[in-house]
Amino acid sequence: MITVQNINKSYGQVQALKSLSFNVEEGQLYGLIGPDGAGKTTLFRILTTLLLADSGEATLDGLDVKKDYKKIRKMVGYMPERFSLYMDLTVEENLNFFATVFQTTVEENYHLIHDIYQMLEPFKKRKAGDLSGGMKQKLALSCALIHKPRVLLLDEPTTGVDPVSRKEFWEMLKKLQQGGLTTLVSTPFLDEAELCDEVALVQNGQILKVDTPQNIALAFPHKLWQIKSKSNYKTLKILKEFNQKISAFAFGNVVHLATDLEVNEMMIESYLKNKGVEQIQIQAIQAGIEDVFMDLMQ
Amino acid sequence: MNGEKVIEVKNLSKHFGQFKAVDDISFDVKKGEVFGFLGANGAGKTTAIKMLTGIWSSSSGQATVAGFDINRNRNKLKENIGYMSQKFSLYEDLTFKENVRFYGGIYGLSNKEISQKTDEMIAHLELDNIKNTLISEIPLGWKQKIAFSVAVIHRPKIVFLDEPTSGVDPITRRQFWDLIYETAESGITVFVTTHYMDEAEYCDRISMMVQGRIEALGSLDELLEKHDARNMDEVFVKLAR
Amino acid sequence: MKTFAAFVRKEFKHIFRDRKTLIILFGMPIVMVIMFGFAIRTEISNSRIAILDHAKDAHSQKLKNKISASEYFNVVTELNSEEEIGEIFKRGDVKLVLVFPQDFGKGLVNENHSPIQIIADASDPNTANILSSYLQATFQSYVNEELNLQAPNLNITTRMMYNPENKSVYMFVPGVMTIILMLVSALMTSITVAKEKEIGTMEILLVSPLKPFVIILGKIIPYLVLALIIASTILLLGLYVFNMPMNGSYYLLFAEIFLFVLCALVLGLLISTVANSQQTAMLISMMALMLPSILLSGFIFPISSMPLPLQVISNAIPAKWFIIIIKNIMLKGTGLEAIMFETGVLVFITVLLTLIAIKKFKIRLE
Repeated sequence: MITVQNINKSYGQVQALKSLSFNVEEGQLYGLIGPDGAGKTTLFRILTTLLLADSGEATLDGLDVKKDYKKIRKMVGYMPERFSLYMDLTVEENLNFFATVFQTTVEENYHLIHDIYQMLEPFKKRKAGDLSGGMKQKLALSCALIHKPRVLLLDEPTTGVDPVSRKEFWEMLKKLQQGGLTTLVSTPFLDEAELCDEVALVQNGQILKVDTPQNIALAFPHKLWQIKSKSNYKTLKILKEFNQKISAFAFGNVVHLATDLEVNEMMIESYLKNKGVEQIQIQAIQAGIEDVFMDLMQ
Repeated sequence: MNGEKVIEVKNLSKHFGQFKAVDDISFDVKKGEVFGFLGANGAGKTTAIKMLTGIWSSSSGQATVAGFDINRNRNKLKENIGYMSQKFSLYEDLTFKENVRFYGGIYGLSNKEISQKTDEMIAHLELDNIKNTLISEIPLGWKQKIAFSVAVIHRPKIVFLDEPTSGVDPITRRQFWDLIYETAESGITVFVTTHYMDEAEYCDRISMMVQGRIEALGSLDELLEKHDARNMDEVFVKLAR
Repeated sequence: MKTFAAFVRKEFKHIFRDRKTLIILFGMPIVMVIMFGFAIRTEISNSRIAILDHAKDAHSQKLKNKISASEYFNVVTELNSEEEIGEIFKRGDVKLVLVFPQDFGKGLVNENHSPIQIIADASDPNTANILSSYLQATFQSYVNEELNLQAPNLNITTRMMYNPENKSVYMFVPGVMTIILMLVSALMTSITVAKEKEIGTMEILLVSPLKPFVIILGKIIPYLVLALIIASTILLLGLYVFNMPMNGSYYLLFAEIFLFVLCALVLGLLISTVANSQQTAMLISMMALMLPSILLSGFIFPISSMPLPLQVISNAIPAKWFIIIIKNIMLKGTGLEAIMFETGVLVFITVLLTLIAIKKFKIRLE
């Protein structure tokens, strides 16, 4: 449904995208995962025909982003960063306006946004500027869906939004996917990768890895340990000095320690005990996307 | 941690007409503590922070920050706190050095102190290559680390961080938290909001606001036990939904 | 068409919900007209003058009475000697001293000619000029009345055509209207387009099937309406508060206003193709449009007294032509044929700018 081939884009001296390639199949929920500055927004603007790539090709449903821009603009639903809404218009007015702009009516496609809009209904007379982050996000999604797009492009829809709204948002995306919609979504939250069918991990304009989240996690090349102790921060500092460590990172109130495959629990435990760490719990665990991402970054 | 309280909030409220943005909250924060301040969008976090930093006055209740009343001693209060947010931190069109000079000047540091601090930061954050680069050309992760160091340049008693790591890559985020711990160990209290629940777990104590009220407050283990949850994410969802 | 109507409706909502801007938009023209109309008057009333009368005859006495009775002058004192002239100017008591020669009356009757001397304080040259020409006019009319049959051929009357009392309101109403219309049209359109770029809604509009000219037209029309309402407000103020004459056709006047507003709107759109933020849009509008419209249009400084390069540049400024057009219609009551050239220039500028604006409107972000 979406193909991206060797896309390059520079702004003056800065190379924003370096020979990026990936494919999104029809009906997939595809994640573009990476921190700010990875080039996600630039890529979205190229796919929505708002920017031209310096070189390389990209198509949506077989349509070229450069030549067929008019056709593409009719079939995509786009939600830019920062939820582009008219803050001085009410919820209803925003929705009606975007419906009309895309030559349709809210009534005609109400079934598409029914679930989402229900949550907004009580606030429909309120100005978009007075809504909370989560509500703005739901309204922006409704506006992007109202013309029944074939492809949905969402640029960081969950940034600045609290965990509950984020969860609700992903549930909505899953539902839309069941309706057959192809969605490309970008996010800086690595934990959201696991909710996608397939992901591309991006960093500094380059793709680090493309695969299903499960395969990416399985491909972690080291042994990974989760270590809980009395003082997490002190333990982290001590583990950073551990000879056989490959990396040690804090994950909430535990430390994830990556080591070579021959290292075992006993070796870690005796090292920590020697250093005076108390209440040690060590457990071998399966790596997550964040572990892989940090490993690829180094 | 010696138990000295640097933030004391008693029955603090802020009303906008009928709407209670902050509804009768009370809590204390101790010296050198890393205090996580969580809540859903629109739960009243921002309003509470604006009162604690002396930007807005309260509708009722009392609060002292760094020993100063938030309504009566605003100027003194502002001299003794630092503030950094994701949206506003550094001047994009100034270089690192110029930013430091500016903020150092605002807080009344002498020229000697400013150049000393600048050198310290360059050494500590490894900024030698970018010390004369415009902030707008520096990657986000570094920018946030610099912004944080600048926010504590005058050694305030408390530093308020409003979603400091939003959008930052996972490794830099962890380096950022290393800075937070170092700062807390040196005796500066850190008051932080975040949407990353793993980061919430790094805090000594966590509070959770729901619809203007503090619904939970305690260390991570206490909260997990009380709400029968495996991690902060579950606690958050249970409370906010 | 439905899309277009929705777009225009949205623009009107933006305008009406931003109360502060709306108040400024309607308040400013009123304040400006009143300020220029009442405070910064260049016509004279009750100016303090002194008289040194060496003649002390019937004619000089009559003339003195006439001058004292006029609302323009207030004769503060009579001097006794030439020495006192310097002193009284130094004290700043009067703006002008009128000196009658010894044989004033005799000369007037016998030779149809008698010089009077007018000494004015030229440290305020404008006032000095106006005062002395008023005084000359008064003198002339006295000569005409008293000796009308004897001196018909010596009349060098300075009649102030179309603005006999030299009322500044006649100058300021067209000037203020020009500037306000420029401001509302160019500044406001460039800002609204830049605002959409800033909040990111422009991205969605561009990605939508909306055609660029629908976006352009949708942005223009609300401000066209707004500008016409404001123009009417200024006109009403001028006509009823300041008794400005309206000698020409209202249809023609509004047609010309329409043309000028259109020209300004296209200028605004042109600016917005360059500016990505509201701030930039505002600065460019101010520097590139407002200042030349005020300074080079002949509103405040007469074009004929500018250095040649500036005179040439002033030809490219729509405001200059528009001010000429309004004055012609309102004061002289001329029809289209007399202002054909000026109108033609405005049409030419507008068409040219429209072509550039359409060409420059970007279908992408870069």
